[in-house]
Amino acid sequence: MSFKIASSPHHHNRRSTASLMQLVAIACIPGIAVQAVFFGYGVLVQLVLAIATAWLAEAMILSLRHKAIRPRLMDHSALVTAVLLAVAIPPFAPWWLIVIGTAFAIIMVKQLYGGLGHNLFNPAMAAYVMLLISFPVQMTQWLPPLPLQSVTISPLDAICTIFTQFSCGGFSLSQMQLSVDGITLATPLDTLRTDLAQGLTLTESWQSPVYLSFAGSGWLWVNLAYLAGGLFLLQQKVITWRIPVAVLASLFVLTMLSWLASPDAFASPLFHLFSGGTMLAAFFIATDPVSASTTDRGRLWYGALIGLLIYLIRSFGGYPDAVAFAVLLANMCVPLIDYYTRPRTYGHKAKGATK
Amino acid sequence: MPSLFQQIQAGALWDFHGGVHPPTRKAVTSEKPIISMSLPERLYIPLRQHIGVAGQLLVEVGERVLKGQALTAADNSMTVPVHAPTSGMIIAITDHTSPHPSALPESVIVIEPDGLEEWREREPLNFATADTQTLLERIQDSGIAGMGGAGFPTHIKAGLHQPVDYLIINAVECEPYITADDALMQEAPTTIVKGIDILCKLLNPKAVLIGIEADKPIAAAGMRAACSQREHYYVREVPVKYPSGGEKQLIQLLTNKEVPAGRRPADIGIVMQNIGTAFAIAQAVLDDHPLISRIVTVTGETLQRPQNVQALIGTPVAALLDFCGYQVELEQKVIMGGPMMGFTLPDLAVPVVKTTNCILAPSHTELPNAGPELDCIRCSACADACPATLLPQQLLWYSKAKDHDKLKEYNLADCIECGACAYVCPSEIPLVQYYRIAKAEIREQQREALKAEQAKARFEARNARLEAEKQARLAKNQQLAAARQQSQQQNAGSNTVAAALERIKAKQQNATETAQRSHADIVAEREVKKQQARAYQAQQAAATHTDAESGAQSQSASQNLDATATDPRQAAVAAAIARAKARQQQHTTEPAQTAQSRASAPAVTDSQATQNHADKAPSQDDPRKAAVAAALARAKARKQQQGAEAEQNHAIENNAATAASREATADKAPSHDDPRKAAVAAALARAKARKQQQGAEAEQNSALDNNGEAAASSEAAADKAPSHDDPRKAAVAAALARAKARKQQQGAEAEQNSALDNNGEAAASSEAAADEAPSQDDPRKAAVAAALARAKARKQQAAADTRSASEHDENAQAELAKTKGDSA
Repeated sequence: MSFKIASSPHHHNRRSTASLMQLVAIACIPGIAVQAVFFGYGVLVQLVLAIATAWLAEAMILSLRHKAIRPRLMDHSALVTAVLLAVAIPPFAPWWLIVIGTAFAIIMVKQLYGGLGHNLFNPAMAAYVMLLISFPVQMTQWLPPLPLQSVTISPLDAICTIFTQFSCGGFSLSQMQLSVDGITLATPLDTLRTDLAQGLTLTESWQSPVYLSFAGSGWLWVNLAYLAGGLFLLQQKVITWRIPVAVLASLFVLTMLSWLASPDAFASPLFHLFSGGTMLAAFFIATDPVSASTTDRGRLWYGALIGLLIYLIRSFGGYPDAVAFAVLLANMCVPLIDYYTRPRTYGHKAKGATK
Repeated sequence: MPSLFQQIQAGALWDFHGGVHPPTRKAVTSEKPIISMSLPERLYIPLRQHIGVAGQLLVEVGERVLKGQALTAADNSMTVPVHAPTSGMIIAITDHTSPHPSALPESVIVIEPDGLEEWREREPLNFATADTQTLLERIQDSGIAGMGGAGFPTHIKAGLHQPVDYLIINAVECEPYITADDALMQEAPTTIVKGIDILCKLLNPKAVLIGIEADKPIAAAGMRAACSQREHYYVREVPVKYPSGGEKQLIQLLTNKEVPAGRRPADIGIVMQNIGTAFAIAQAVLDDHPLISRIVTVTGETLQRPQNVQALIGTPVAALLDFCGYQVELEQKVIMGGPMMGFTLPDLAVPVVKTTNCILAPSHTELPNAGPELDCIRCSACADACPATLLPQQLLWYSKAKDHDKLKEYNLADCIECGACAYVCPSEIPLVQYYRIAKAEIREQQREALKAEQAKARFEARNARLEAEKQARLAKNQQLAAARQQSQQQNAGSNTVAAALERIKAKQQNATETAQRSHADIVAEREVKKQQARAYQAQQAAATHTDAESGAQSQSASQNLDATATDPRQAAVAAAIARAKARQQQHTTEPAQTAQSRASAPAVTDSQATQNHADKAPSQDDPRKAAVAAALARAKARKQQQGAEAEQNHAIENNAATAASREATADKAPSHDDPRKAAVAAALARAKARKQQQGAEAEQNSALDNNGEAAASSEAAADKAPSHDDPRKAAVAAALARAKARKQQQGAEAEQNSALDNNGEAAASSEAAADEAPSQDDPRKAAVAAALARAKARKQQAAADTRSASEHDENAQAELAKTKGDSA
């Protein structure tokens, strides 16, 4: 009779990396659904493309690295990367955009750094930035939200547009971008940027139909849906409160200060919180454990840094939304943040007190 | 702001960082009564069941022991004895699988119970009147060591001289499954409180804090009731969280204090004792009942009757499991201790010891085996769970990289190995395992560093000593040389020959090439010279025979029958042959070795022809044979040397074997009367000795051993050889001694320490040879011996670095031998 020898502890809570990633993906569902409703079913097609590309790329690199494919594919980390990238790009962007982006995220940003747990940068955001710089036109072709759309877009239209750049009815993407009153509409953040650059005051810009509600029609609902998903993750203890709260708090405080100082030149804090990818960034992207800070205090600094960078780039930078840049820049600071925010070990004096 | 003490009095509780909430699964056993187990067939009592050293064994196999009788002695402060758990016979004291994660065998006393339960005499103490020393001795003599898990000797913690503010009684029992303390508190709260009273008398604390986890309401109520008469005893129910029962964590929970890193709780005025220990103290003092049994929670889904068992120390786990209706599963895990910090047992013969609080036999569904280890995703769930506020994922990173400096920087040493990090890790990384390995490596490294430092100090001390000895020797040598010079000057007028010899000798000693010259050459040369002298005399007397070259051999063969023959013709023939040989020997540096041996072949056949005679007349004085033998021996030795060089590795491997065989040869050789054989043997011995030198250089350790053997064997040879009257044998013995001496010198260069001893031996053996040889009346023999002694002396002077003190004696011996030889 031989007995099994194992190292303590012999007990393990049944939460695995796979289940964590699965929960993250599940928490994205409300946001994706709202996005599909307001911006067309293109996002679903993008999702399918992204997930397929991610799995293929992951499996390929794993086999090249002589690693067991199944357990690592089943940890769902590639799935989450694919989902995050798919929801971040314009829903009717051409198919090759998402394929290139996802492959880049998995192969270059994740696997070449050593696979899950070893990448310095958030793969989805690094891919987003790569696409934004390489294909700026395709990356900014957002359709107006549903109430403003001039052309009704069916799910079949979505597929046609993504693969051929023309809907089944023969409309081009730029035609579809036209709103009911014939004006090409960009995202609210984009519009705001353009208007402010043209010397309009915020109140004047506010006349644009793109701001149907205080954060822009559609975008408010999308952000609320991601907020809900984020709260679900918090409740499930998949993420801790520190990073999202720090991101949102720093963004809120900074936009509040500048808005109070000059309400005509700066958008309101609520506009910033519920526009663009703010909630997605705060709850789903900045909380990616691999590329985020790992200490409690470090997470606060990390989140606050992302909030600051979003504010700076949105308000003073050259890009309308800033989540991807902000996250990548904060990723670079993580080792430094981690080093200087080590907690005081039990029985040791606080750092600085000893020296 | 109320003081800490006031806050504690008011019932304040604090919290510690991290912690986890694994399912406790305590209800299976906590509500059942404690059951005493029947006597097992055998009891295996490990000699050491605590932190410290095992006591001296007091019993022997075959002895009958009484229940409670001490089996080992408490002979120092870090020792607690073990006792016989029941009366019975000691049937063995042997090695047995230890109740330790390593499962390494350790010494156990095996007792076969006789079922009589016959107690030794017991002397209960009245703790109110007994003094502190008596109580502490009783606690030590009763074998009490911390029963919570670590097994630290209790009398040390109870006998502290530091002032103690808080005595904390740890009844938290935070590990899942375990209910041994819970059950004890439910059944014997008053005894426990008496134990605490004794500890209070010893430590005199301001307050006693009894920490009980909140999931033990019955136990807590029982303890409260038992403590109601004592106003400075506080029962505190702490929230259910693992590892709140850890010493540091409980201190933080109850007093909001932290034990500084690397210090003990006593340094901040806190002493912690397990509740089971308090119970054991009460039993020991009040009943004189030593620690011979304990409560063990036997639980898990593969048991039909999970329960708390009162088990004797030494009960095999198998017996305990069987008692609880164990049904074995395939690939079963049996854990000693809880699921978080316990260790799996390799077999069930492991005995219950003083620190065993739980035996867990879970089913596969209950505690599934760990899944495959995946990559760390830096989720830092481990950091959130760590009660020591470490950063486990960073530690993992540095553990894998073996970056010990970083591990120290991240305070690996503060890890209490509670397993909370590994419990929460979503990638199922066995973090604790990595930390244990890293800790062991660091310990090993520190030990190595310490060892290296000690070795360096030793080496330096030894160098200093050797230098001092060398200086002393040099001074002594100079004195001796001065004295010798003086005496020589005094004798200069009377003994010019001696003075001339002295000069020659001095010249020889200075010559460096003498190292290459074989000593046998010198012997032969001397022989030749003497023969020449004799032949010249013979020629003067009767200068008639000039054709000696062809016929002399057969002639001498027949003439050799008469050992005492003084025929001048024979002498002349012998001289001629000797000259020829001497010439041959001068060509020894040429590579034509085989040719040389062929040249000497006639001589060989010749002497073979006379072998029978030679055997019959061992005292014969034929110098030719000796010379031939010497030549053969040299040839062989040279060949063997080459062979040895070619086959160094092989020689090293066979060192031991060669040494052994050489012993045999060396031992046997002198026992024959045939001088050639003796010479051959001597040559063999030399060759082997040379091989061994090489071996010794390559592998010092084995050479050390072999040196000893070689010394012994050649000593034996040297002892035997001179006991015969044959001077050649003496020469052989001397050759052996030389070979040995040479080898030992080389060995000495490799390993100076041993060389000192061995030189002494060599000197001793050659002394023996030198002593005996001159005692014969034959002047030639004396001369040979003298030559040997001189050669030796020269060699040893060359090895001045490793020369031993005994060398001076040897020099003196050589002098003595020489003068004797000269005068003879």
